[in-house]
Amino acid sequence: MEVGSVRQRVYSDKELDQAEGAAIEALKAGSQQPIPDPDQWLEEELKRNILLTTVDAMINWARRNSLWPVVCFPACCAFEFITTAASRFDISRFGMEIIRASPRQADLMITAGTLTWKMAPNVRRIYDQMPEPKWVIAMGACGISGGIFASASYAVVPGYNRIVPVDVYVPGCPPRPEALLYGIRQLQKKIAKESLAKRKA
Amino acid sequence: MTIALPGKEIADKLAGKFPGTIIDSNPGWFTVKSESLIPVATFLKEAPEYDFKYLTYVTAVDYFDHFEVVYQLTSLECNHSVVLKTTCPRDNPVLPSVVGLWRTADYQEREIYDLMGIRFEGHPNMRRIVLWEGFPGHPLRKDFNGT
Repeated sequence: MEVGSVRQRVYSDKELDQAEGAAIEALKAGSQQPIPDPDQWLEEELKRNILLTTVDAMINWARRNSLWPVVCFPACCAFEFITTAASRFDISRFGMEIIRASPRQADLMITAGTLTWKMAPNVRRIYDQMPEPKWVIAMGACGISGGIFASASYAVVPGYNRIVPVDVYVPGCPPRPEALLYGIRQLQKKIAKESLAKRKA
Repeated sequence: MTIALPGKEIADKLAGKFPGTIIDSNPGWFTVKSESLIPVATFLKEAPEYDFKYLTYVTAVDYFDHFEVVYQLTSLECNHSVVLKTTCPRDNPVLPSVVGLWRTADYQEREIYDLMGIRFEGHPNMRRIVLWEGFPGHPLRKDFNGT
């Protein structure tokens, strides 16, 4: 049986052309007006990609996610900090992978280790050289209170808060990298609440 | 291994050459009067049978009524060593410096001065080495109370 003869029996070529023409006419009849912009409900500002927020939220977001620590490693806590910065714990997940050797390019001081009075003026000088805004995490027992040297030593500073203002205290001897990362997260939460109107002392 | 020479034998030999200088001697060490420290040390360094050209360390001990300064001398040629001690009173802690014989003593005598308060006469640079100038007292003394 021929294919042509079967089709001939159902629709002729002319009938198919007429059906196609009717569909086009129907679509054309229903498309006389342009379809409106589905985002028409948005305001003009948003159409130009403007996001409304506060200056504080914007700046705090930028600051807390790009904390650059300065090198201040007077003693053994430095090894836990180095581990934190290395691939297993990976401090760069929080935007902090660039550990600066120059205090002028840093905004976070992680005080990893025992501080002696003889070293204290140098640490204070590093802190003074850091540009505002700047934050300090006191890492480890020695950084918080002098640690095992707190009670009897003539040479050890009993806590970094005698020298520089401390934002977050991370206990441990030394703290595990997880603890230091938790301390950094706490500092980020703290920065998120800061305001440009109230400057740090 | 370096042989530790018996202090008593050396002290007995020295007693003839330096009469009246040996305060105490036993197999481990011997103690000389501070006035004769330099002659005895010079002899021990120069004499070929001892040849103590190397000073391993200098350190000091506080015995409440007096200070004791300990020198460990070593001969790298003969591979032997001995411990020499001397004493000084607490109220006037002054000893002759051995920097002229062994340059090793330079920093170590400064450290003893810093932490124990014994002054070494003849030292070229008798200043504190660890603590800062103006620190009150000498912290390794038994009667130091730093808190």
